[in-house]
Amino acid sequence: MSALTLSLRRIRGVFRRHWYLLTASWPRLLDLVYWPTVQVILWGFITRFLATESSLVANAAGIFLSAVLLWDVLFRGQLGVSLGFLEEMYARHFGHLFTSPLRPYEHVIAVFLIALIRVMLGVGGAALLAIPIHGFWIGGALGWSTIAFMAVLMGFGWAIGLMISGTVMRLGMGAESLAWAAIFLIQPISGVFYPIETLPQWLQTIAWCLPTGAVFEGMRAVVVDGRFDTGLFFWALAMLAVWLAIAAGVYTLLFQSVRRRGLLLQSGE
Amino acid sequence: MQAIAVRVQDLVKRYGQVVAVDGLSFTIPAGRTTALLGANGAGKTTTIAMLLGLLAPSAGRIEIFGLPMPKARNRLLPRMNFSSPYVDLPLRLTVRQNLKVYADLYGIPHTGQRIDELTQRLDLGSFIDRPTGRLSAGQKTRVVLAKALINRPDLLLLDEPTASLDPDTADRLRGMLAAYQQERGAAVLLASHNMNEVERLAHHVVMMKAGKLVAEGSPAQLLERYGREDMEEVFLDIARGRSRAMEEA
Repeated sequence: MSALTLSLRRIRGVFRRHWYLLTASWPRLLDLVYWPTVQVILWGFITRFLATESSLVANAAGIFLSAVLLWDVLFRGQLGVSLGFLEEMYARHFGHLFTSPLRPYEHVIAVFLIALIRVMLGVGGAALLAIPIHGFWIGGALGWSTIAFMAVLMGFGWAIGLMISGTVMRLGMGAESLAWAAIFLIQPISGVFYPIETLPQWLQTIAWCLPTGAVFEGMRAVVVDGRFDTGLFFWALAMLAVWLAIAAGVYTLLFQSVRRRGLLLQSGE
Repeated sequence: MQAIAVRVQDLVKRYGQVVAVDGLSFTIPAGRTTALLGANGAGKTTTIAMLLGLLAPSAGRIEIFGLPMPKARNRLLPRMNFSSPYVDLPLRLTVRQNLKVYADLYGIPHTGQRIDELTQRLDLGSFIDRPTGRLSAGQKTRVVLAKALINRPDLLLLDEPTASLDPDTADRLRGMLAAYQQERGAAVLLASHNMNEVERLAHHVVMMKAGKLVAEGSPAQLLERYGREDMEEVFLDIARGRSRAMEEA
């Protein structure tokens, strides 16, 4: 078995490929900020309305905007990874990439990095726009825990993105819509806009198996009670580690299957 | 005795019930050009994909420079490269950007200098900063060949390298490939449907039909064996299972 070696230069090569693509295409740049911005504008006004109706929202005005921005870190992180793979499939490029000395895990690391950049541009832009539009700054609402929550959600986005990408590589472009839709399967059980205890007992059990449940409960603890719950945070980290390991395993199996079936040469429909 | 760059032994690739490559054995000598011929669906591209480690064989053995492929893929791929009309480079990136990306992937030192050399050799200068997707088919082929040569490979696998090129450009490229092969002493595997190209470039020919090797030898040997004047006729004889004697009868 060959040693697990890592080449920063090869990672830079793949990163460069996506960076060139992103920075040369204004529709791609616009797409990064469009939905996060629309979400922030929408939920800001919903918050203003609900604040007049609900004491919870009135006392914790940032609860929805924080949730929307954090959810977008997860969604954009996952989408960033999926798009990193889909762009290669659209371009019929895997055949060249994987006959170069590039290792599959170096490719994954580079795609994770470009997904991080996409999140920083997209969600960062929307977070900054929320200041003049709604007078809301997520760093002010959540403090340093913003970084902790975003880091966990980014990691979980990578994990889901990796599993989806492996699936699309294996099944072909017919499964492309998974990249946009699959994440929303977990939104109802992630406690984004309501506490996990709202769910039926059996769904609560599933919800706590995802890092998102602990992150959004943790976010509410900060916004409503003004305290950072370390227990919840470490639970989120533990679940993140489990899901990253699952994603690595699933992706490895799917990639092996893709290689066995010769799909790297025929990536398309 | 000629050193062996590639040794393929009893290679099989099955997709369910379909056998794409069926017990194929051949060798590619170092420093020589070997043509892999066969009608569409004969198994050429599948064979090349297995040589590149893109596709896992169902059975059999591939040794490249004495190392097993795909097991030693990571040691072998830096010494290999390929071009194919079935695989693209990112179309929105400029030619220079694509070459920079591949210079990184192959760890090429002095990237700018190497890109300049390839630009000159393949006459890319007039479109080096243009998006690859806006090039003509012939220009794109030259760009893919530049990518294939960026690491000065010891084993170059070319799948229909002059498809869609006009005769003048194709002829220049053949000259360039022959010069590279001689300068570098590289082993070249050429899959082509252009028999003029095969006669000009190939030292050795491997003919496939329905996944099996059906004939092998130098172009001169094959012409003599089949009693033909050119490789096109030899190709048709093998592909259609006919012979000159049958035709004359």
